[in-house]
Amino acid sequence: MLAVGVSSRRKEGPEKLCGVAKYIDDYHLPGCLFGVTLRSSIPHGTIKNIRFDPKFPWDDCVIARAADIPGQNYVDLIEHDQPLLAEERILHAMEPILLIGHPVRATAYQALEHIEVDYQESEPVLSMEDSIALRQVLYRSDNVFKRILIEKGDTGAGMAKSDFIVEGEYRVPYQEQAYIENNGVAAWEEDDGTLVIMGSMQCPYYVHKAMKPLFPRREEKIRIIQTTTGGGFGGKEEYPNMIAGHAALLAIKSGRQVKMIYDRHEDMLATTKRHPARIRHRTGVRRDGTLFAQEIEIVMDGGAYVTLSPVVLSRGAIHASGPYQCPNVRILAKSMATNNPPSGAFRGFGAPQTLFAAELHMEKIAATLGIDSLALRRRNLFRQGSVTATGQVLRESVGASEVLERAVQRAKYVERRKECKQWNRRKDRTSWRGVGLSVVFHGAGFTGAGEVHLASRAGLSLTREGEIRVEAASTEIGQGTSSMLAQIVAETLGVPYQWIQIDTPDTARVPNSGPTVASRTCMVVGSLLQRAALRLKTAVAELQGTFPHTRAGLRTAARKLANGKPAVSFIEEYRQPDEIQWDEEKYKGDAYGVYSYAAMVVELEINKLTHEVRIRRLTTAQDIGKAINPVLVEGQIMGGTAQALGYALLENVIFQNGVMQNAQFTNYIIPTTLDTPPMSVELVEKPYSRGPFGAKGVGELPFDVPAPAVAAAVFHATGLFIPELPLLPERISRAKRDQTAR
Amino acid sequence: MIRLRVNGETRLHKGEPFKRLIDVLREDFHLTGTKEGCGEGECGACTVLVDREPVNSCLIPVCQVAGRRIETVESLGKPDSLNVLQDAFLSEGGTQCGICTPGFLMTAWAYVRQGGRDDETSIRKALAGNLCRCTGYQQIVSSVIKAVRERNRLKGSRRRHRRKKAK
Amino acid sequence: MRGDPSTMEVLRPKAAREAVRLLARHPEAIPLAGGTDFMVSWNAGQRNGKTILDLSSIKEWARIRSVKDGLRIGTLVNHWQLQNHATVQREFPLLVDACATIGGVQIQIRGTLGGNIANASPAGDTFPPLAVYQALVHTVSPGGGRTISFADIFTGVKKTSLGPSELIESIEIPVLPSRPRRQMFWKVGTRAASAISKTVAAGLLWVKKDGSVRELRFALGSMAPTVRRLRHVEAFIVGKKPAGKVLDQACALLEKDVAPIDDIRSTAAYRLEVSKGLLRSFLDPSYRG
Repeated sequence: MLAVGVSSRRKEGPEKLCGVAKYIDDYHLPGCLFGVTLRSSIPHGTIKNIRFDPKFPWDDCVIARAADIPGQNYVDLIEHDQPLLAEERILHAMEPILLIGHPVRATAYQALEHIEVDYQESEPVLSMEDSIALRQVLYRSDNVFKRILIEKGDTGAGMAKSDFIVEGEYRVPYQEQAYIENNGVAAWEEDDGTLVIMGSMQCPYYVHKAMKPLFPRREEKIRIIQTTTGGGFGGKEEYPNMIAGHAALLAIKSGRQVKMIYDRHEDMLATTKRHPARIRHRTGVRRDGTLFAQEIEIVMDGGAYVTLSPVVLSRGAIHASGPYQCPNVRILAKSMATNNPPSGAFRGFGAPQTLFAAELHMEKIAATLGIDSLALRRRNLFRQGSVTATGQVLRESVGASEVLERAVQRAKYVERRKECKQWNRRKDRTSWRGVGLSVVFHGAGFTGAGEVHLASRAGLSLTREGEIRVEAASTEIGQGTSSMLAQIVAETLGVPYQWIQIDTPDTARVPNSGPTVASRTCMVVGSLLQRAALRLKTAVAELQGTFPHTRAGLRTAARKLANGKPAVSFIEEYRQPDEIQWDEEKYKGDAYGVYSYAAMVVELEINKLTHEVRIRRLTTAQDIGKAINPVLVEGQIMGGTAQALGYALLENVIFQNGVMQNAQFTNYIIPTTLDTPPMSVELVEKPYSRGPFGAKGVGELPFDVPAPAVAAAVFHATGLFIPELPLLPERISRAKRDQTAR
Repeated sequence: MIRLRVNGETRLHKGEPFKRLIDVLREDFHLTGTKEGCGEGECGACTVLVDREPVNSCLIPVCQVAGRRIETVESLGKPDSLNVLQDAFLSEGGTQCGICTPGFLMTAWAYVRQGGRDDETSIRKALAGNLCRCTGYQQIVSSVIKAVRERNRLKGSRRRHRRKKAK
Repeated sequence: MRGDPSTMEVLRPKAAREAVRLLARHPEAIPLAGGTDFMVSWNAGQRNGKTILDLSSIKEWARIRSVKDGLRIGTLVNHWQLQNHATVQREFPLLVDACATIGGVQIQIRGTLGGNIANASPAGDTFPPLAVYQALVHTVSPGGGRTISFADIFTGVKKTSLGPSELIESIEIPVLPSRPRRQMFWKVGTRAASAISKTVAAGLLWVKKDGSVRELRFALGSMAPTVRRLRHVEAFIVGKKPAGKVLDQACALLEKDVAPIDDIRSTAAYRLEVSKGLLRSFLDPSYRG
């Protein structure tokens, strides 16, 4: 292969490296207004009065309220419960109330200081437990955004036949995506009535869909353009619907261009975070460690509005039993409404939460039974032919045991475990050392019939000048979409990678290839492009025999094919493989077309005085089907790992009365170069027959695996089983004190 | 009026003396390569060189750098002629979403130019004031290692070439 | 970015005397050195409309000079210069260690020693070393200058004993009377780099031939509104051998000189536990918690 499997240079790399690539705030919009948002300072209540300081020069400001929305006041997502601007009811702190636009950025912010809001406060519900107890009824009658039940076999009977039953409760916290480019958009209305929105986003067509009910007009009169985006990780999956609506409202009201760029503080305070969760396991095992019955209960905090909670819960639930065979499984999951800010998408999307619990629980089972943790994994791990909790038969591309064995071997896991035990025996050591292991799986693409509903379309255009362009709404957000799709097309056509260009994700130009989420871009959209490339190849072949080797030759062929038109397009639409069968009612069947697998070994040491954790070595093997671009794939793995190390050890969102207290980088701690270890990454390729060149998904998988390995290593190092994240020194300290007291 | 030397050219700032250096660069001189990520001096995305040393331009009022030499990412290279450090970032995967890249490049360029060593520990320490959320840092470190070695190799071969010519 | 430069007045003295004069005439002016603290709150929109006394052009304040029995560090010397200065490295290694932990390189290059002291954060990393080195703060003001001992410079969170028109001109550090048996600087931050401290410690220990303590100087930051010397511990341990029950009592006495709190970075319990551990392991290097 010439293009695939090669670490081609990033398509848009040179522009980024020279400071030439334009992110939304780099666009100079002369005469534009700068938009800011007035937000609620209380988590629950009603607005009684809004007072504007008469001494402030309001004439220079444009003010937009809910009443100014020409259409309906809701931000489109799964449900229509979230208003674009609060009218009377406040359901979370930082809820947007009104918008101000002013030509001078600093003055716009100052305007906010000159507005007083009088509230009638209600008692807020700030925890999952309080929501379950119905301290206040916030949503429907029971505060439950979504309930999911997955059942397989008979867990009651299974427990009865088990030799041991091991229970555990696990808690994982909020996490902030912390992309280095804050949310930002620009909006304006053209003379012909087209609403144009440009900005930092993952899903231009989501924004497109959300603008329609707010600003009713024909679809062609809404144009969404993704600008170079400085990180997303899910934090720019659905949130841009909100900020785009805000900027558009100010633009329409003022008749001017509007730029709305959050600063770090506001972005952290007001935008979505990873769902916190409480996961309870009750597992029946045979004496030899065979899993026989799993009862799992999941509760997530969805915050004040539904947003994507049902889907996060779904993915979390489906992955909750871990990559293990078990004949009897019962997973009950629910997502609760609270007066916390709405939770949202973040890499992994429910799976990191439930897999943390599943994997750490395996450690607990091993310890309870006195079985080696690796042996326990080996005994139960998925193989080809295994049946998942939803009854899915894993027909192909099951790299679970391969990644486990590769990681364990390269990390010298067994030896290191012994070495650590010896190390810890000596009282004169200044640290404790431990080694931990975890294995995970991650479904690629949208769950069940999700891809069918998306009906993604993507393809190629060949201009009459001979330029080959990828036409897809899939966005480059750092993960390498542009390069990877270009490589797939180049390989299929048999032409150099450099010949393939990527059209801008502009809804006026490209078809809807679905959102850039769910580890789907390579597998789903890449497949569409592969098919489109084959059709293009066939079309040229029918015209002149072979596909040209030179640009001149391609130009000639293109002119012929275009036949007077500026370009000829080859667009493909998603077709679900026949073998995928899913029952949305019963939550049974093929939840995903295929899963990717990862295993990790983490070696760490813990300072005996300060209880600070330092990762010494990290080894991972990940089965992603096929690495279209190895350097980019390794980049995804190492980047996801670093984020998960932050989740495991450093990142702690502190809330007080529903308001984040550490909403800046000074006190919300993400890893630096000195907090991340060197990482040994091995790529395993168990090809998936439906993926382009065998590729599955890689974006989210790396996030699922590190946190439980870290917790397992802490357990190994200290004997402290801490089922909560982050494993801050304070938490380890307290656990040690409790252990000593006992 | 404040006179600055920016990327080798004399530039005049006629506006507010307390305007931040980052805003003067981005808004007045249209050098938008330098980015703002946090406004607190934590992320380093705004790093530029002042008299060859890396600083956070989001924390500097322009009056404090009057007469100084400022270098931004735009001084390193052009998309069709990247310098040795930029080229290394491209081949090693040191840039993903790219928003932190200009800041990393300037900090790393100062390090490379000052004769920084090609060992991982020194490089990680030198870059500890720059945050990246995409890469996990390893490929950034590899990029800098490659650049140091490539630069040393080029310096060595230039020296040998000069000696050859002298003979 | 919420700061509005059009609302700011900037005074830019070129020499020390001019600075003093300007401050006397504009007592509301905020002195600005490297700006690593001030500009953060300015970016947050909290300092609009202020008058700034920009000290950065006063070249005489950016020098490090050897004086009789010590070093005199100009108020504008930055942390990068400090840690790379040969005399500082030789005579005051704890200060070098502290400078290297302040933020990343970018912050070390801009942050100044005098600016940091004037900002008076309870978490200042250089403060424990300056406290155990028993530094002196030289000031200038319209009424003349004075010398404030480091023990008296801080009066509370972000509060100094400086008068309204008084500026720090330099920090003098006397060379130690003799080489200490042991010295340490340790910062426990929120992560491995570029972090605010949860607790930060500096210690100097002189020991007699018989193994008993001749003098202990130990200071903790982030454990109280200001940096604190452990006066009770220091007084108690003189003449005693640092072992067994003596260590237990010393650690208990630590609590008398500090007042740690729970905040968004850490807890009082953790801070106390770690500080005691640091003290104990300093006095008894075989201690393992």
